[in-house]
Amino acid sequence: MRIGFFLREAFRALSRSAAPSLAAMLTILITALVLGVFIPVVQATTGTANEVRSRVVVDVYVKDGASDADKAALRARIEQLPNVGSLQYISKDQALAQMKKKNAQAFALLGSNPLPDSFRITPRDPGGVNAIADSLRTNPPAALDDVRNRRRDTDRILSATGLVKLVTAGLAALFLIASIALVANTIRLSIFARRREVEVMRLVGATNWFIRWPFVIEGMLVGLMGGTLAVLLLLIGKETFVDPLAHRFALLAAPSTISFTLLAVLLLVACVAVSAIGSGVTLRRFLRV
Amino acid sequence: MPGGSREQGLARQRRDVPVVAFRDVTKVYDGGSVGLEKVSLEIGRGEFVFLVGPTGCGKSTCVRLLMKEIDADAGEILISGHELSTMPRKKVPKLRRNVGVVFQDFKLLPNRTVYDNVAYSLQVIGESRESIRRKVPDILRLVGLSTKLHNYPDQLSGGEQQRVSIARAFVNHPPLLIADEPTGNLDPETSIGIMQLIYRINRTGTTVVVATHDREMVDKMRRRVIELREGRLMRDQTGGMYSEEESTVEFAARLRKELGIGSDAHREHRDHASPLITP
Ligand SMILES: Nc1ncnc2c1ncn2[C@@H]1O[C@H](COP(=O)(O)OP(=O)(O)OP(=O)(O)O)[C@@H](O)[C@H]1O
Ligand SMILES: [Mg+2]
Repeated sequence: MRIGFFLREAFRALSRSAAPSLAAMLTILITALVLGVFIPVVQATTGTANEVRSRVVVDVYVKDGASDADKAALRARIEQLPNVGSLQYISKDQALAQMKKKNAQAFALLGSNPLPDSFRITPRDPGGVNAIADSLRTNPPAALDDVRNRRRDTDRILSATGLVKLVTAGLAALFLIASIALVANTIRLSIFARRREVEVMRLVGATNWFIRWPFVIEGMLVGLMGGTLAVLLLLIGKETFVDPLAHRFALLAAPSTISFTLLAVLLLVACVAVSAIGSGVTLRRFLRV
Repeated sequence: MPGGSREQGLARQRRDVPVVAFRDVTKVYDGGSVGLEKVSLEIGRGEFVFLVGPTGCGKSTCVRLLMKEIDADAGEILISGHELSTMPRKKVPKLRRNVGVVFQDFKLLPNRTVYDNVAYSLQVIGESRESIRRKVPDILRLVGLSTKLHNYPDQLSGGEQQRVSIARAFVNHPPLLIADEPTGNLDPETSIGIMQLIYRINRTGTTVVVATHDREMVDKMRRRVIELREGRLMRDQTGGMYSEEESTVEFAARLRKELGIGSDAHREHRDHASPLITP
């Protein structure tokens, strides 16, 4: 009976103050769309970045003319390090062959092979690249000539991934705040539009929450409608654009993106929560017995 | 109204617990204007009291204080022994359910019918559908609006609108009914009809406080009169020939005669087919 009353009151209010409700609903819709697009995109980007990071390697150059015993000692030393995923020995000749493949002309001019023998370490955790290099540099084995971990490349990749996440989070936060503000405004207008009812409710002794519930429900309905519409649009977008392309491009089918059902549920919950917060903010400020 | 005089008798016995008590109540508004200044008064159960005085003397301030819409700056206000300034916010709704209030501007919801206006006030305090279905027709019969259940407020005369607002205030039979200028927007004949209705409610044992600046009406009615001036209590006296046994018909007839509007005395009868006029 009461739930029915609250719902009826909320729908009554919605139909009467259509314009501000629509504005709030559109903002929530946009927020949900942004989140709905960015969450998978960020996941894909992070996935790709992780892949790139997994390609990060440490090259250990062997001194020219080092004895086989020294080389073996160096290999043993490397194998003892923690966080070593895989270890690959690349001889002078193999290295030259690889380089010639990349840039045949430049290496054709060289009479002799300037490249050293080297070990290529792929760390288990890409973040630990620097630690590997540092531990080899302190107290270096006899055969060690130089360690290159491409620190700058690694750092750049790491910071780029971080930046993408940060920008997305910032954008999402801005939209969330805008949504809350607009729902709050809608509810404020709704309270104003129904000030007679509110006055009568106070007059006859309705409790605080009895007065508030219809407004909270109104706010949540706005959120629910915005969220549902966003999910529908995302579904259409997914079916018409992403899915056909996914067959052709590997990136779009990135391995670890969220399932659509989970995404839809999350978005709906977020929309309803946001609008409930928005209504709550206004009610605390404007509706007291 | 056979039970009326017995109720009044009971009321006299219980007057030691006043329904309303003001003790040195002072209210100063934010702008510095004085609403009330050191007002003390007591209103016993079943009394009919007029609150009079020129505009700005503090009548509405009293009403707002009694609803706990505003709080006094100093002094005590007690309703049936409950102190208002120390009452927690949570209990305010319960207080308001026990104090029916009627205003000059009716405060009806324009997009709801007569029936729905009254039903709404019950819905919002969580009454069950059955009790609403039982109470609303009863109270609308009492105020003489059984034939206009489905009219909207703007299809009613001023007097009829005020009857709806009285029905809303009295539907749960609160022990205290307060009316702030209930006849302020009405012509004299319609005003008598409204006063007659309020008097009838009083005769069921309800304590009634009516704020008004219609001095003529007040003098003729010969009830207790509390006069305020610039927020101070000026006069608190019971008019001559005060009769608690006067029936509503006698009451209305006397008012009409004394106000000199006997000629179109049938109008209210015709408008409302008034079942409230029982001897
Ligand atoms: N909300 C308010 N803020 C500031 N001052 C107020 C407020 N309400 C009333 N007052 C002042 O308090 C005083 C008493 O006002 P109140 O409304 O009680 O008068 P009243 O007796 O009801 O007058 P009227 O007969 O015109 O209705 C007046 O001087 C008025 O200006
Ligand atoms: Mg007033």
